[in-house]
Amino acid sequence: MAEQLKMTGIKKIFPGVVALDDVDFRLLPGEIHALMGENGAGKSTLIKVLTGVYDIDGGEIELAGERVRFTGPLQAQQAGISTVYQEVNLCPNLSVAENIFIGREPRKFGRIQWSETRKRAQASLARLDLDIDVTAQLDSYSLAIQQMVAIARATDVGTTKVLILDEPTSSLDASEVEQLFTIMRRLKADGVAILFVSHFLDQVYEIADRMTVLRNGRLIGEYRTDELPQMQLVSKMIGKELEALEQIEEHAKDTTAVERGTPIVEARELGRDGAIAPFSLTIHAGEVVGLAGLLGSGRTELARLLFGADRPDRGELLIDGKPHTVKAPRDAMAEGIAFSSENRRTEGIIGELTVRENMILAMQAARGWTRPIPRRKQDELVEQYIKALQIRPADPERLVRDLSGGNQQKVLLARWLITEPRLLIIDEPTRGIDVGAKAEIQRLVAQLADGGMAVLFVSAELEEVLRLSHKIEVLRDRRLVEELENGADVDADRIMQTIASGATT
Amino acid sequence: MTSMLRHRLFWPAAVLVVLLASNLVFSNNFFTITLQDGHLYGSLIDILRRSAPLVLVALGMTLVIATGGIDLSVGSVMAISGALACLLIGDLSNPDAVGPVLLVVGAAIALCLVFGLWNGFLVAVLGIQPIIATLILMVAGRGVAQLITDGQILNVHSAPYRVIGAGYFLAVPVSFLIAAAAVGLTVALTRRTALGLLLESVGGSPTASRLAGIRSRRITIMVYVFAAAFAGVAGLIYSSDVSSADSNAAGNLIELNAILAVVLGGTALTGGRFSIAGSVLGAVIITTLDITAVSVGVPVETTLLFKAVVVIILCLAQSATFRAKVFGRFGTKRAEVPA
Repeated sequence: MAEQLKMTGIKKIFPGVVALDDVDFRLLPGEIHALMGENGAGKSTLIKVLTGVYDIDGGEIELAGERVRFTGPLQAQQAGISTVYQEVNLCPNLSVAENIFIGREPRKFGRIQWSETRKRAQASLARLDLDIDVTAQLDSYSLAIQQMVAIARATDVGTTKVLILDEPTSSLDASEVEQLFTIMRRLKADGVAILFVSHFLDQVYEIADRMTVLRNGRLIGEYRTDELPQMQLVSKMIGKELEALEQIEEHAKDTTAVERGTPIVEARELGRDGAIAPFSLTIHAGEVVGLAGLLGSGRTELARLLFGADRPDRGELLIDGKPHTVKAPRDAMAEGIAFSSENRRTEGIIGELTVRENMILAMQAARGWTRPIPRRKQDELVEQYIKALQIRPADPERLVRDLSGGNQQKVLLARWLITEPRLLIIDEPTRGIDVGAKAEIQRLVAQLADGGMAVLFVSAELEEVLRLSHKIEVLRDRRLVEELENGADVDADRIMQTIASGATT
Repeated sequence: MTSMLRHRLFWPAAVLVVLLASNLVFSNNFFTITLQDGHLYGSLIDILRRSAPLVLVALGMTLVIATGGIDLSVGSVMAISGALACLLIGDLSNPDAVGPVLLVVGAAIALCLVFGLWNGFLVAVLGIQPIIATLILMVAGRGVAQLITDGQILNVHSAPYRVIGAGYFLAVPVSFLIAAAAVGLTVALTRRTALGLLLESVGGSPTASRLAGIRSRRITIMVYVFAAAFAGVAGLIYSSDVSSADSNAAGNLIELNAILAVVLGGTALTGGRFSIAGSVLGAVIITTLDITAVSVGVPVETTLLFKAVVVIILCLAQSATFRAKVFGRFGTKRAEVPA
């Protein structure tokens, strides 16, 4: 079959970095092709080259047999390449219909035909089995719906030859993912070539026909999904054997090791109306407590209360057995509590500051502005953590927004580790980052707990929670429904059951 | 050479040099500095002296803009500070005594601090958008100033007061010394402490900063107080220079010039990274423009047009996109960053 898209010998160089080095890539019509690689492997750069965001420094691109060279995203779009990015990049303050048709509204005599716009928006969403009010403002809908709208926008152009989905599932729950896959299969049947990027290996194996693996800007190979077992894929992506992952497995269920003295933090019927129903919870030194539950089940809300990011309406918070009012993050930090938010981009990193500045920020905030951390001390700390967490590129003066997602996450972790907290709350630290970085972060959490730090670990991935936690708190509908001591009898099914049915005891 | 071209202060500095050089063509004694009666005289000294109020206001504006805010009330605060000072000096039994005049100056600045607190309160505590919050004082402030002066122009005769705006110390204009001290103070306050970093952090992302434990409310209030205090000093310089308080003319439109100075200096209006040196350079460029317009002989009615043209050229020169369009790929590499 003739390739829909063929890229040969693609080269892209940034000052000081070769982002893509002689990479070949092809897409067949009517296939779903996964682009695999760790963060920083060059996936995003390849996509940006393909969509005309970046110009190439070498190589050729052929679309449907014709040589093309895009100088801008619009050109690529007009040639039939549509993209849905990881972060929904629509306009949250416009209506759904406006978002779908922005820039190509149906017009008559230069006037936008609003009723036609709405009707067509409704129709294009109906193709995705989505029935929502298209006149409502986009941000009144959940992230998942916004993602669907983005896909509707991308595929509404009738001429779509290539559809690029960059991490479309990272904020979707299981049923929404299924819905998305149904749409993808439909588009595939129509002959669209789909490029799919996801860090969820299970999803890749469920939907993709073939895959291309990149590592450090180089092509590792192209494989049929059914011929490449998962473990082999992972080792191709990270370029080493999987001892790292296995070590964590071993660590896992060593739950009896924790001594239970006075808990560092104890919540008694702590709650906030509309966010999380009153809950009770204890966290001890050296203990990893996992929060499991679906998206929107109140995981994040619970974590935020403990950190003082939101104020509780009721209940008591005891720190070292003494009642405390935690009104603001600063109060929690003074007690040695750290919190890394799930929204890395908006609530975590400060993009225009450097890696160094981002790392020392929490410590500096705790010291106050009048007592700056001496520059030498800053450099020492930063160098130490760049090394320990293997942050790439290892340049403390690089702007943090130029780093890949996984490395940004590590910078955030470093920001909090520098403050030497007693309780580290991490919300979705592994979302949207690659297998290698994921394993590193999991190993780090296990190490920290061994060293006596308490960790509250929030994640949508049950495997991860099971692997790391001594104790698992299950949430459902903004309520803490059950506490499970992690042991041989606890597995993903058991937790799923609780999530599905509420408390089983 | 290329690293110099890429320095963010290169273009403003280049424009300043061109402006100064163009004066050479039109008036041959532009660069002459003479010593008369123990005072330095000359166009360059004039530029330094007349830049002082704008530099002060631009300093405060830089910090406010770094937090993602804006302060439109600085002109009115200037008027209030001058008005109060002149009113109090008028009431002094001996306006030539240094002690009481210093007290008056202190009182005027103290009043400005209160207005700064008010701005900060509206923005940081009540969460009103900075442009609206400070618009209130911008409009109402002129009224307050007129109330203080009873709607009149207050003339004062006080030798010590006149020193602030029109005096010389060791042959150097006092107003320039005040501005220089203010620049030094601001640099020390932001770069020798961690205030600069925290400001940039709050401006870069208020939510992320709060979750990192930064007391952004306190910092926000602080910058508005700071801006008002510096505007107050600028008001004193202005009123002292003309030995009167004119509530309408004092600091008229200076907020816009200050914003322009900050932007010319390379600080983005969206907040975050700021450059004090850039803002000072921006303020000096604007004053130089005014003086150049006179020395080149631009007719009074077209002075503003002349200014506009130069500012447009400067903004275009600073725009990487524009340079790329005009000079090809020259100087555009920097705009690209790896994902």
